[in-house]
Parts: sequence; C-alpha cells; structure tokens
Amino acid sequence: MNAPVILDRRRVLAGSGALIVSFSITGALAQQQDAPAAAPPPSPPGSLKTSPYLDSWIRIDGNGGITVFTGKAEIGQGFKTAFQQIAAEELDVPFASLKVVTADTKLTANEGYTSGSNSAKDSGTAIQNAAAQVRALLIAEAATRLDLPVENLRTENGAVVAPDGRRLSYGELVAADMLHVQAQPKSKLKDPATFKVMGQSIPRVDIPAKVTGGAAYVQDMRLPGMVHARIVRPPSYGAQLTECDTSAVEKLPGVVKIVRDGNFLAVVAEKEFQAIKAMNVLATAAKWKVAASLPKQDDLFKVLTALPSQDTTIFERSNPAAAGQKTIEATYTRPYQAHGSIGPSCAVAQWIDGAMTVWTHTQGVYPDRQGIAEMLRVPPASVRLIHVEGSGCYGHNGADDAAADAALIARALPGRPVRVQWMREQEHAWEPFGPAMVTKLKASLDSNGKIADWHFDVWSNTHSMRPGGAGSMLAAQHMAQPFALPAPKPLPLPEGGGDRNAIPFYNFPSARVVHHFIPAMPLRISAMRALGAYHNVFSIESFMDELAALAGADPVEFRLKHLDDSRGRDVIEKAAQGFGWKTSQKPPENRGYGFAFARYKNLAAYCAVASEVEVNRETGRPRLVRAVAAVDSGQVINPDGLTNQIEGAIVQSMSWTLYESVTFDDTGITSVDWQTYPILRFNSVPESIQVHIINRPGQPFLGSGETGQGPAAASIANAIANATGKRLRNLPLTRKRIKDAIDA
Amino acid sequence: MMTLKVNGREHQVDADPDTPLLYVLRDDIKLNAAKFGCGLGQCGACTVIVDGKAVLSCVTPMILLEGKQVTTLEGLGTIAEPAPIQRAFMEEQAAQCGYCIAGMMMRAQALLQRNSKPTDEQIRAELEPHLCRCGTHMRILRAVRRAARLMDTAEASPAAKGSIQ
Repeated sequence: MNAPVILDRRRVLAGSGALIVSFSITGALAQQQDAPAAAPPPSPPGSLKTSPYLDSWIRIDGNGGITVFTGKAEIGQGFKTAFQQIAAEELDVPFASLKVVTADTKLTANEGYTSGSNSAKDSGTAIQNAAAQVRALLIAEAATRLDLPVENLRTENGAVVAPDGRRLSYGELVAADMLHVQAQPKSKLKDPATFKVMGQSIPRVDIPAKVTGGAAYVQDMRLPGMVHARIVRPPSYGAQLTECDTSAVEKLPGVVKIVRDGNFLAVVAEKEFQAIKAMNVLATAAKWKVAASLPKQDDLFKVLTALPSQDTTIFERSNPAAAGQKTIEATYTRPYQAHGSIGPSCAVAQWIDGAMTVWTHTQGVYPDRQGIAEMLRVPPASVRLIHVEGSGCYGHNGADDAAADAALIARALPGRPVRVQWMREQEHAWEPFGPAMVTKLKASLDSNGKIADWHFDVWSNTHSMRPGGAGSMLAAQHMAQPFALPAPKPLPLPEGGGDRNAIPFYNFPSARVVHHFIPAMPLRISAMRALGAYHNVFSIESFMDELAALAGADPVEFRLKHLDDSRGRDVIEKAAQGFGWKTSQKPPENRGYGFAFARYKNLAAYCAVASEVEVNRETGRPRLVRAVAAVDSGQVINPDGLTNQIEGAIVQSMSWTLYESVTFDDTGITSVDWQTYPILRFNSVPESIQVHIINRPGQPFLGSGETGQGPAAASIANAIANATGKRLRNLPLTRKRIKDAIDA
Repeated sequence: MMTLKVNGREHQVDADPDTPLLYVLRDDIKLNAAKFGCGLGQCGACTVIVDGKAVLSCVTPMILLEGKQVTTLEGLGTIAEPAPIQRAFMEEQAAQCGYCIAGMMMRAQALLQRNSKPTDEQIRAELEPHLCRCGTHMRILRAVRRAARLMDTAEASPAAKGSIQ
C-alpha cells in the first residue's frame, strides 16, 4: 500500500506533492475552514480518533461493492444491522448493498473492548463520519471528472449524479488508495430529516440464520480435520494438581492427546462426546490439593467492608445554607452474580507454522491477542483473533478464557483446528462474576421536604479484570510457569467501575460520595453488564423512594423536584405518563407501583422504568406484572433494536434482582448449574413491557445496552416496598426475604 | 453403526450407543440448530422433536431413537422458504443472541402441532423448561402466538409447510 495522504494544514501549506489532491479533498470534507491556523487540529469523532484512516472503516471495490469494518463485536445487541444502516444512510446506498465485517485483528480497527454501551458512540460515530467523508470524496472526484461544481452534484443509490443526468457509480469513481486518507475533524452529515435508512426498524441481518439452523456461532464451526477438546479445571480456585495417571484416558476411543501444563489439564478427541467421556475419566484420575480460601458466605459483606480499601472522595459539594431536619440512613448489598450465558464458552484455534488463529466470541480481539501472544511467548503479529458470535455474554464471561484454552491446546497439536467448549458447571464455577457490593447512604430533608445533604459510600472490587496481559486468563494462570494475575485497578471516572453512577445525577445542595476500592478479590470477578451502576442505581433510586416517603411526596414528583436536566425530566415524565402514574394512585390489593430513573454513567442514555409488582403475601413470591420504560439514547438508529435492548434489560435485571446469587463454601463455588443458580423462567415473565423511545435527531448516539439494568432493579424494589410496606435492601429480593419482611 | 432418521433422511451413525442425540446431530450429521447449553436437561437449548414430541437431546441417548423420526429446526424450513414458526420469529425479531431460540422454537412447534390455538398460559407453561438469558421472552411469546396464526392460515393452503410428523 502506498504512503497515506495526510491531510493536515501544514502539509498543504508547505506545498508538498499532495497539494492539489489535498486541497480538493480538504475542500470537500471540511465543514468549517475558519479555524485559526495556530490552533491544534481537533481530532475526528468516535473511534476515528484512534483509527483515523477512512479505509479502516469503509472500502469500495471497483465493482462498487462496499464493505464496512468495525472493531466491535456483535454479541446479540444487533449493532451489525445498526452499523449497516448508518453506513447506508451516509453513503446513500441501499441497505442490502453493504457488507459489515466485525472485529478481526487482521481486518478491522483496534477498538478495544465491546463494552460500556459504547459501540454506537465509538464505532457507530466513526462509521457515520467516515461514510459521510467518503461520500464527500466521491462527490469531489466526480466534480473533477465532470468539471462541475460540487454543489451541483448529488448522490443516489451508489452513484454521483449530475444535473444533466450523467451518473458516475462509486465503483467507477473510487481509485486505489483514494480512501486511504485521514478523517477530517468535521463531516458534512446528512440532515436527520432526510434519513431514509437510519431511524427505521430494519430487520436484523443475523436473525434468519439463527432461526433456520444456519451456522451462526463459533459453537457451529467445523473446520477440516477439527478435533474436540475439553478442559479438566481444578476443583477450586488455587487448587494444585498433585497427581494424574493418564494411562486409562489414553486408551479411550477417539482420544488424540492429553495436554498437561502445570495445573492446566485438557483432553483432545476426534469426536465431541468422546472428549466429554475422556474428560470425565481424566477428572477422576486427577488428584488435587485444595485450599480453603473463601470467606463464609453469610459473613460476606462484613468481610468485604473489613478488607483494606483505597478510599477516594469522588464527589463533594457543600452548601451550608441547606439545613437538614430529618435524617435517614440505609445499607444496601448486592451478592456476586453470574453472567450465566446459555451457551458455555467456546473457541476454535489452529496453530500452523508458528502462527496462531483463534476464532472466539471475546468482546476484545485485540486485548485477547495480546494476552494469548504473551501466554504463548510469541509476537502479537503471529496471533490472529477473529470474532465469531457466541451465546450472549453480558460482559466478561468465559469467552476470553476459552480462547486461551483453545490456543494452548492447539499449540500442542500443530496443524489441527481444536474446538473447545466449556461444560455448564465450568461456566458457572469459573466465569468471572459481577462483583459483590455494599453501599451506605445517609441523607437529610430540609423543612420543605427537599434533600439538603446526601452521603454515599460504595465498597467494591474493580469491575474489570479483562485481559490485556496473559495473567487474566485461566489457562495462563494454571500453566507450570504461570502468569500472575495483574494488580486490579479501579476504573477511572467519569465512566467508573464500582463507582459507576455513584455520583447522584440529581441536584443536592450538599453531597459527598466516597469510593472504597477493595483490591483483594476473594472470588474471581470482572465486568458484568452495567458494572457498578446496577447496584449504585438500585441503591440511589431505592433511597430516593425512602426519602420521598419521609417527605410524604409522590416518588415521581420527588425526583422531578431534584432534577434540572431537561432530557432526564422528559424521560421521567414519559415513563410516568405511559404507565398511567398518578400522584394519588392506589394499587390493587397485594400490588405495588415502583419508579426509578438514571442516566447511565451520568453521561450516556437516559432511562426511566415504572413497574407494577404483585406479591403473594402467603409465600412472599413477587411477580413483575408490567413495566413501562422510557429511553433517550440520542439519535435512534433502529427503534426496534433499541426496544429489544431495553425489554431485555428489564427482564434480565428482574431476574438478577429477584433471584440471583452466586453461592460458595470455603473451598469453592457451589452454584454450578441452573438448579443451584436459578434464573427467571417463563412463569415469571411479565404480562407486558412497553418501551417509549424519545428520539433526538442529530444528537450523538448514547448507546443502550446497559442503561436499563439499574432503573429496572430499583423500580421493582420500589414496587415491592409499595406492595408490602417493607423496604428490602439486600439483593436479590427473594421470595423468602420478602416473606420474612412481611412476617417481621 | 445405527440408523437414525433425521429430518426425513436416514443416516448411518457410527457412535457409541450411549452418545446423547445432541452430539450425533451436531458432530455426525453436522446440524447446527440444536445447541449444547447444559447437558443436564435444565435449559432447553438442545430441544428437538421426536415423533411429534419435544425432547431434550442432550440427555437422550442415541440408542433410544432407533426407528423414530427426529426433526430439528433445519427440518422445518429454510431462509428462502421458512416454516410458519420461522417466519413468525423473524417477523417478531424474537432473538437477541439467539442461542436459546432453536430449542424454544422446536418445543413451540410441537405444542402448535397438537394444539393450534394455545392460550398464553399454555404457551408459557410449555416453554417453562427453556431459559433465555437475554430477556427476549416477550418477543418469544409474541412469535409463538404469531406462528399459531400463520399455521392456521397455512393449513388452509395445499402448499402448507411446517407441519411435521
């Protein structure tokens, strides 16, 4: 590939060889030319900041075939379809004429992890701007060829069209390396009022294969000569393999190889069920030294808050004029909770001539490549990771570990593709859980029933132990020459980790928020959908209801009284209106109404959820009857896709909130399947969920994957309190806890 | 060597008789739809239809299937010619990650074959063995109701697809 044409002002002014091209391109792309020459150039938006070349995002071949590249991973959110819509819109081509390639270390930009509801903001914004700038370049090229001013040209259906009807297709116009230019800081984006593809509920491109038995997942891969591997994991964290007589396993039908490296133990067979049978025999043969290292589950929160912590005051505002009259305080807890993917983690790896290829459902192909390269002690360039969809992960589940497992085993079988899938109990016991958390809140009301001061303390581990280095991956930790687990770090604000959404979005005259970061991690933990925001929003929004009750105020009015942000207010009002919320409402017997609101990370999508819950007073069993949500996620790309995300968030959060808790004894995890870690089933599915979308045409994409988790949890908790008159502060709000509260 | 009838075709399968049907379908017959979820009969991701009944293929040894008709999602229709239940799931966009969906669809298909107008309670009760982690339940329920309507219409047409033995 030729040297890139870099469109900076200095080079243009210096009169380099690219002068004419640069002038015409700059003219075509730049919206504003009036920036002072001395100012540093602003960076382009989204992930164009880190991957500025347009052809990192969009390529057009001579036949007019267009491919869009994203470094993010489709994990069931449907963004592959959304990104195709964005590109089709800004390029002015039919939706179906595009192809989208997702995360692959050989083909796509390095966009880090697919996490934090950032895909639309990072990658969607990059694609939108890259597409707009590509379109401008094509128009400029057509203007030169047709000898017409740019203003006289328009685009339509993959071609630039002149007023006299002459058409030049994108394929004709594009020349080698024409798109290998750096993005300009600003793009001429389309007027949202003219959108034809964006804002439409275009059906998802991945669903047809998924409902007809097409190969849709990494689990469905079948490469020529592929063998199947299963891991024998230690019985508990830190267990040491003392003895393993493999002779019986070696004789089993189909067994190809046993791979042992320190505490890493795996078996490979020609067929999948042969591998499972061999795994079971190997597990019996393996003798482990097990240490009792886990805290008592009943003492968990005492243990956690007694661990050494690094305390940071992350927010402080003081207004001595605001005088508190009535003060309340409360402690809320969240147990460890599991991602609980329905499909256990899986990967396929192949080692050929010193080069490793891994097909994986990781959320971060580049960071995983780094980890796997380090583990194998090879340069990252000789490792390629290709994202292939897996079962929904909702954060850092076993995906990255399975990728490392497959790579380590494949290296022992040069040439042969190795498919590894975890067993159910391995996924449940070894996935990194969503961390347990404790929050302590204290607040006072002034004489007008408004919050005068607010104190919020949160204790938490980090919320990301995702790979970068090998030490985050189980296989590398278990090798004879192990890689040490990297030191955990709190995730920086404004997004935060344990302190995500810990700072109130409401206006309180005085407020203080302290993050107690706990480095020691008794259980393996990492990122789970919404990170600390799930528990922090649950705590804040439950406590808001406790304060509203103290003030004798309606919960919705009480929230509005403390909120200036107009988009936040709109979302609250929309959800309340959609639900039929009335200040003097009285729910039917044994039912309660609840409300909650948050702006995810205090900087992303706004979401409010109103809910109706029925509680069986005899058994304590809670049932979400209906939920009504309102969401403002900025410019909407695909309304049905957004609705699907919010519906899913409410249902999943309901399951976390009512049922879920990882259990353990002093040596290991005891919630190892769906019987010991129950989640919601169809008999608990609500009668209806309504999602109201507030579209904000032309506003930045705010993402949507995680915004519903916290509000849904608190809304349900508030409805239970409304139904029973009892406030439950320890997650999950189980039937037994509700029953005990009623009986107390 | 055992003969297994899957989606109307006979397959000679060389696997241990205790091999669960799931692995025969995926590994020997190279079908994708039935999924490994738990291997314990707790999640429903592996569900297929055997002689008209929904069966958890991860806990059903191959030996028990001699002479029986096995149907997987692949046997219902294709992207080009989807069966009513497949059309319904597409039209309702009833998936997020979709890993659990094939199993759900097979149990719903078995239900609709014996009861063409199930109530909402009957659909929920039928799908009780199935887990979905993405929270797509509302859409799944809508899709099954839509499939019932589509199958009703399809039965009136001689070219009707989607009803299997």
